Amino acid sequence: MNAAAPLVEVEDLTVAFAAGSGRKAPSVPVLRGVSFSVRAGETLAIVGESGSGKSVTARTLLGLTGPRSTVTAARLEIAGEDATAFGERDWRRVRGGRIGMVLQDALVSLDPLRTIGNEIGEVLVTHRVVPAGRTRERAIELLESVGMPGADRRVDQYPHQLSGGLRQRALIASAIAAGPDLIIADEPTTALDVTVQAQVLDTLAARVAEGAGLLLISHDLSVVSGIADRVIVMRDGVVVEAGATAEVLTNPRDAYTRRLLSAVPSASSRGYRLGDASGSAEPRERTALPPRAVQRERIVLQADGLSKSFAIGRGHSTVAVSDVSFELAAGETLGVIGESGSGKSTLASLVLGFLEPDEGVVEVLGAPWAPLAERARRPRRGHVQLISQDPLSSFDPRWTVDRVIAESTLRLELTAAEARERAVRLLDRVGLDESVLARHPRSLSGGQRQRVAIARALAPEPEILVCDEPTSALDVSVQAQVLDLLADIQAERGLSLVFVSHDLGVIHHVADRVIVLKDARVVETGDADDVLLRPQHDYTRALVAALPQEVRA
Amino acid sequence: MTTTLERPPATDAASSASVSARRARTARRARPPRPAVVVALVFVAFLVALVALPGVFAAYDPYATDIGSSLRAPSAEHWFGTDRLGRDIWSRIVFGARFSVLIGLAAAAISVVVGTVVGIAAGLSGAFLIGRSGRVLDEGLTRSMDVISAFPAILLAMLVVTFTGPGVWNIALAIGIAGIPLYARVVRAQTFVVTRADYVAHAAVYGRSRWAVLREHVLPNALVAVPVLAAIDIGTSILAVSGLSFLGLGPQAPVPEWGVMLAESRDVLRVAWWAGVFPGLFITGSVIAFTTIGRWLQTRDDGSRS
Repeated sequence: MNAAAPLVEVEDLTVAFAAGSGRKAPSVPVLRGVSFSVRAGETLAIVGESGSGKSVTARTLLGLTGPRSTVTAARLEIAGEDATAFGERDWRRVRGGRIGMVLQDALVSLDPLRTIGNEIGEVLVTHRVVPAGRTRERAIELLESVGMPGADRRVDQYPHQLSGGLRQRALIASAIAAGPDLIIADEPTTALDVTVQAQVLDTLAARVAEGAGLLLISHDLSVVSGIADRVIVMRDGVVVEAGATAEVLTNPRDAYTRRLLSAVPSASSRGYRLGDASGSAEPRERTALPPRAVQRERIVLQADGLSKSFAIGRGHSTVAVSDVSFELAAGETLGVIGESGSGKSTLASLVLGFLEPDEGVVEVLGAPWAPLAERARRPRRGHVQLISQDPLSSFDPRWTVDRVIAESTLRLELTAAEARERAVRLLDRVGLDESVLARHPRSLSGGQRQRVAIARALAPEPEILVCDEPTSALDVSVQAQVLDLLADIQAERGLSLVFVSHDLGVIHHVADRVIVLKDARVVETGDADDVLLRPQHDYTRALVAALPQEVRA
Repeated sequence: MTTTLERPPATDAASSASVSARRARTARRARPPRPAVVVALVFVAFLVALVALPGVFAAYDPYATDIGSSLRAPSAEHWFGTDRLGRDIWSRIVFGARFSVLIGLAAAAISVVVGTVVGIAAGLSGAFLIGRSGRVLDEGLTRSMDVISAFPAILLAMLVVTFTGPGVWNIALAIGIAGIPLYARVVRAQTFVVTRADYVAHAAVYGRSRWAVLREHVLPNALVAVPVLAAIDIGTSILAVSGLSFLGLGPQAPVPEWGVMLAESRDVLRVAWWAGVFPGLFITGSVIAFTTIGRWLQTRDDGSRS
């Protein structure tokens, strides 16, 4: 492998963006002294959290940093050519031709008005890969090579007719259409379910086996662990650690890498803190979470035979939840696992009383909860609270934090002083300062917003918290802090959690018991360790098998 | 009991930096408006003064004819000259503002009020608040808006005036009706989005009543765009009023409405340019001023919500 000439060679790369408008605007460096190289048949992964500069690095290799940027490098070579002197014409030859790019969200990256055949055809025509008459034929071959089932039929379909995984494969097909030596994949699996993620990663790995180089950009260490030969870890525009994947993941030298690794929730992190304050600690030496008492005999939430279907068009309906039953004891965490379309969001809506079940009942604290007239449910609404995936959209855009938090306790008819006192106490509990009260949520960071959402959910002193993908929009280190915070609060108050997530690692970390949903039904249920370490059902087994190696350990 | 959590490292610092930069930008945009906006605001304030206290600004009776001083060019005595009947054009413009600006405002008000009500009704009927029969209401309202907007605005206004007869309030009504669909559509779409927003679902979790949710979340957020639209629309309405008056469908001859003045100036434009140019400038100025203010409100709005 080392004998092969590098496809790209980058040395001491610095990229700065002009801050503000005007000619004399100061420039702010976003990358400083980055060096790496990628060879044929090799996968290099760049790992970092948002703002680390990993995507800018990829864009630099395509000459796409934009007019407001300044790129300087001691060496920036693409296939042996000096790219620092490239003009727009040279870059166009590189893009798609020498370097193919796969972006995160295929629905946005593919033109909705063009069939995927035409999308791929454009690359073929631009780089004159095949004669014009053969583009369709070649597009089908490419789709087959990325494992698209029924490629000769799919070639005439539009992006919206394809599932997320197939769309991502179509995008990969167009990225490799001109036979580039190097593929850059920027978060190629972030929006995908685990089983689909595994298929997309396999597709990319197959290209590498055929001799292409792959530059994989990800925030997710577990994705990287299964596929990359070498890893570089970036933070604030600087490479903090670089080396062979196994070396970096098992024996990290940098404190930030260690913290990043120990922040990943998994089976082995159960019962321990993720966001360890001491970055110097060995990754295996963790601090235990406060013990939590589960009162088995006290059932706070009971669902019995829940079913719900929705009408689609005339006379047709789709079953979203079918005959789902479970109970939740005081102080317990129930994990709900399922891929998109499995019915987990509908189930959450039924538990929250947003939807009335077609069949079955929900009881909260031994009293009927659904089906029930909203008017009758309203006085007891405070018992069940919600933390949702995107905190920002759960806040009225015109409101400041104090009003946002006060809304959840309006029914308690507190005085203004009492409400404020409660809000300040809760903000303090979630690690935020009183000064946050006067701010607009949009001026807060993602982690701070989710803390505000937690404070708001706690204000009516609920028994049950429904957490609907509460950390899937957060960076791994922020996720670690939010999960630790939830665990502390749960132990303190004896809360019961219904924790919905597509992330098996997160579920294994937080849940006592797990239910696995597939196509509206519960396919497996039991203790988290039983279900996730010794799965009985084929589907659960497939889910667990699709997890990248490192996380399972 | 309070465990202090370590501040999120790289990410939070980076994103809060970009957030504060964005806030600074918004603040900058909100504070000193562009010079054009200042001019527009001053002009509109001036128009308001003309409407409120025309006597203060006008030296002559707008209806007083003086054949002896017919078609005088602008001078110290008659700033904007005189028309064929010797009436002072400046004074006529001053008193005319009452008609042109007020009818424009009235027309815009009709569009805003009716359009907003229709939009909210249609938007809510499709959503959870009214239920399944609401779909019929939504369809009915939306289709009738389609019918109205199928006609060009001026043509529709002419149609209304032919039924009601020319006159000050009829013309306001005519232009107002033509403007309804714009508001109805925007408000309907926005209501739709807001009723399905996460924060509305959350309000239900806190046990808030539908009425409270409607009043505190849905309406304020659905109507954010209305003031901006209205500001732009006032200018357009003033233009439409003058246009219809010019055609003889609005206030009639001796009334110093700007469009009427333009119509009267047609015969003498060759010898007395001032009779047409000054009313024309005021129509143009008003349209530009209101539109500029509307656009400014719009960018300010976008800035504070992005």
